[in-house]
Amino acid sequence: MSPALSPQPLTDDQLVARIIAVIAQTTHKPVEEFQPDSTFEALGIDSLDGIQILFALEQEFDISIPDDEAKKIRAVPDVLAGVKQLLAAKHA
Amino acid sequence: MRRVAVTGLGVVSAIGQGVAAFRDSLAQGRSGITPIEQIDVSTLKFRHGAEVKNFSWGDDRERALYDRFALMAGAAAEEALAQAELPADRTAVVTGSCLGGNHFEDQSFRELYGEQRTRFNPLTIPRIMENAPASLITMKWGFRGPAYTVASACSSSNHAIGQAFWMVRGGVVDAAVCGGSDATFSLGILRAWEAMRVVSPDTCRPFCAGRPGMILGEGAGMLVLEEWDRAVARGATIFGEICGFGMSADAHHITQPSGVGAEHAMRSALADGGVAAEAVRYINAHGTGTTANDPVECQAIRQVFGSSNPAISSTKSMHGHTLGAAGAIEAVATLVAMKEGFLPPTANFTTQDPECPGDIIAHDARLVPVDYALSNSFAFGGLNAVLLLRTAR
Repeated sequence: MSPALSPQPLTDDQLVARIIAVIAQTTHKPVEEFQPDSTFEALGIDSLDGIQILFALEQEFDISIPDDEAKKIRAVPDVLAGVKQLLAAKHA
Repeated sequence: MRRVAVTGLGVVSAIGQGVAAFRDSLAQGRSGITPIEQIDVSTLKFRHGAEVKNFSWGDDRERALYDRFALMAGAAAEEALAQAELPADRTAVVTGSCLGGNHFEDQSFRELYGEQRTRFNPLTIPRIMENAPASLITMKWGFRGPAYTVASACSSSNHAIGQAFWMVRGGVVDAAVCGGSDATFSLGILRAWEAMRVVSPDTCRPFCAGRPGMILGEGAGMLVLEEWDRAVARGATIFGEICGFGMSADAHHITQPSGVGAEHAMRSALADGGVAAEAVRYINAHGTGTTANDPVECQAIRQVFGSSNPAISSTKSMHGHTLGAAGAIEAVATLVAMKEGFLPPTANFTTQDPECPGDIIAHDARLVPVDYALSNSFAFGGLNAVLLLRTAR
């Protein structure tokens, strides 16, 4: 588990790095396979991987990703946008 | 080859405890999906299910000995056996369950981990074992033939009925009590389903565009199968005939259906019964209402049936997805509807998803007599079981 989030918002680069680390660990793939704009389809991530990734992200960032939002997530940028939004709401 | 008559039916479901009430709900397209009341679901993302309200069966001793899923099986078996005269040593009992006695399991683990209790109720093991319904039925009615339980997730009871059918047809036994049950509404099980992100927040709309997912249900279905000539000789009421059974594995993915396995199972059921695809005019679909299942199933049906285009419905829109009871409850639904000359609808229907092609029976039952129907069950893990049913004439 990562240390608790600092009060300072993370930069996009920091967030992307943590998101990719979570996805890589969940899918048992090396971090090097991932790019900030990678799509799940290109990475060979299926729906079961997808729900495991969501679970891992919820644990990592202590957030709750609604099912409706989850259905829209198809790529790393979608994850970044969603996580940023949920973190902002959490710290608001 | 011996023919196999269905001479008894029993059901416990959200849309009827007993075949008469169940039949009325099917004919009226009445959904049994409501807010869940059995347990506190306020911390879950979904709040709706197809619950059996005010269920009670068995004497004090039975209610102490068995978990809810076994009592539901007992209730359905009692109804199915009401008119039965079966040979004790030549009657098989085959039941299906996905979850076993999870109500008691959930309670026991809460006591163990939450309350640090160090003693368990001595009935814990017999209450939670998946074969409790099969054992209950053998003991209560004295059947001493082959008896066992099948666990293949959402295909469990179709596998159970199919195995029993083959035993009766093949002469291993002369009769069988078969079906399945599951009591789904314990918090641990609901949490696990929540994590799958496939459960609808409100209702179940199979084959519809933008469908929100599945709705969990609970209940039991039981069938009495009997060698045809024996049933006729004793003047038994014949509710229908099982004439084919097909099963297959997708060999593909633990949760994503491939379609190829579904096709193979449907073709196998037709071949097993020696019936041409064109003769089948209705399919009680697996039809979970999930994003993944419905288009794959509809396209598999199209591959098998082509232009003969049988009518399709998902009665899960009414009684929910009852997991290990699904095949049995849907076989009962198909048999009672066929016998009375109607086809049950898909309730809660909005607009058909173009990815789910086929002649979907929406909203209202159709008054159409059919000779043959399929009832599909396709489980997580890619284990498929399909029954070929015939109307009694």
